[in-house]
Amino acid sequence: MAKTLAEKILSAKSGQDAKAGDIVIAQVDVAAFQDGTGPLGVRQLQKMNLEQVKARYSIFFIDHAAPSPRKELSNDHILLRTFAEKTGAILSEVGEGVIHQRLVEAYAKPGDVLIGGDSHSCTSGALGAFATGMGSTDVAIGMALGKTWFKIPETYRINVKNSFKPGVFSKDLILYIIGTLGADGATYKALEFDGEAIDRMSMESRFVLSNMAVEAGAKTGLIASDEVTREYLKKRGREKDWTALSPDDGASYERVVDIDAADLVPQIAFPHTVDNTRTVDQAQDIKIDQAFIGTCTNGRIEDLQIAAKILKGKKVAKKTRLIVCPASRDVYLDAMENGLLEVFVRAGGIIMGPGCGPCVGVHEGVLGDKEVCLSTANRNFKGRMGNPEGYVYLASPATVAYSALKGTISDPREVLGKE
Amino acid sequence: MVLRGKVWKFGDSISTDLICPGRYFHLRSNLPELAKHVLEDADPEFASKMNTGDFVVAGQNFGLGSSREHAPTIIKLAGVSAVLAKSFARIFYRNAINVGLPLLECDTDKISEGDELEIDLATGSIRNKTQNVQLESTPLPKAMLNILNDGGLLAHIQKHGDFKLD
Repeated sequence: MAKTLAEKILSAKSGQDAKAGDIVIAQVDVAAFQDGTGPLGVRQLQKMNLEQVKARYSIFFIDHAAPSPRKELSNDHILLRTFAEKTGAILSEVGEGVIHQRLVEAYAKPGDVLIGGDSHSCTSGALGAFATGMGSTDVAIGMALGKTWFKIPETYRINVKNSFKPGVFSKDLILYIIGTLGADGATYKALEFDGEAIDRMSMESRFVLSNMAVEAGAKTGLIASDEVTREYLKKRGREKDWTALSPDDGASYERVVDIDAADLVPQIAFPHTVDNTRTVDQAQDIKIDQAFIGTCTNGRIEDLQIAAKILKGKKVAKKTRLIVCPASRDVYLDAMENGLLEVFVRAGGIIMGPGCGPCVGVHEGVLGDKEVCLSTANRNFKGRMGNPEGYVYLASPATVAYSALKGTISDPREVLGKE
Repeated sequence: MVLRGKVWKFGDSISTDLICPGRYFHLRSNLPELAKHVLEDADPEFASKMNTGDFVVAGQNFGLGSSREHAPTIIKLAGVSAVLAKSFARIFYRNAINVGLPLLECDTDKISEGDELEIDLATGSIRNKTQNVQLESTPLPKAMLNILNDGGLLAHIQKHGDFKLD
């Protein structure tokens, strides 16, 4: 039977010739937690007297509240460190970076089953891993037993032809897709991204697509493993982790969505849902108090490069604050060595340490009442940035950087479109 | 098991941020305290006005967003006996079953704020005593019913030593 990527990976990892709709018990290759979900997972294992780890990589990432702004969270971090030491799990310390960025940099590989106690664990799907977010108890048990259960999802195939016009990026594509499907348009489904635009895309841009698959309700967002994947892993010193992986010709898709990348324009997700998308021209003149460039969605070097290109030698608007947060230590070092951090600081921005930064509303940029943030993150729910009276709009790093200069939501094609 | 209680009605797209706001991140290891803020950003008075056994009834895509299991956990801990919605987000759905919070997928347009419901969990049938209508819910998949009947995933694994889904 011709298989989708999801069917292929879960068949291999369950030892069953499985198809969409089947329930399987699959091997877990990578089980990961962050500091907001890990403590509950650890306590569940302690309750069961099952303090052991069996996945190939079992990892705790301290990224959401890193460094800790409160004693309660410092104590949660101690719990994670102690558990990791006792069981041999890997502990990713304060400063190493966001869970999903670190997973693609150092751990996930094509064909893996990856479960993470964070909804954006689908990010690693761009490497051809069946990667999905789950709750603390599911991940804890998957980590301890080295296996978990899945219902194999039906797949929506997203075919993207042609290539982007200048000023348009993969973030605009995924916001457009979510706006089209709706925030629950792909609930329980796997997305599979394919087509010329995806073939040509860098891994960094592909991660943005997979990262936000969950914002359409999807279980994962998969991309075939190809030469671009191989090059990425090679650059990370992991070429041996590469294998080619693609869906079979004739695999069965529940739905096929065709998109022409050349038709797309910059997108903005308005508060308070990610599917509330409009084109940038419908958002002009909205004043922004805070511009945020970072997160597991758009805190990679490619994102910082495009932002720096726009901000170089300029100053952010007087009434706008700019916060830049590299997604990992490696991204931070790369940005530092290439002078990008200096560009941001000279432009009036502030650089936060690698981690989730203000995205989750814990620290480092909580909004005031009625304040507006234009963010490169993946979520704009009410209360997301720490205040239910704040407003979060989502856009690409280019749109955020250019808007920071203007002080209002602005179209980056005004500077990038001329090339 | 038959559940009886009063309805608190919510709209569509109730995210886990509305159920369990990120600004209380530091309370995640203090669940009874966190439960005092349940659904606070959807209805700031909810935790103080609800009674044990009441139902949360909502529209489409209840529980979208983050994977935080704290969201269904504090709904249960606050005393809510079940959540009824037109549809649920995937991670929330699985988490709720794992922590033993019953979910019923049904046409919630036929339920209003303050209605008295009687729910038979074994059959999934819902009696709206106030409006005198009978509603049916989509049955849980067998694998999830097994987990729920064992009292959640932790109890399921403790009982069987492994996943026992069929």
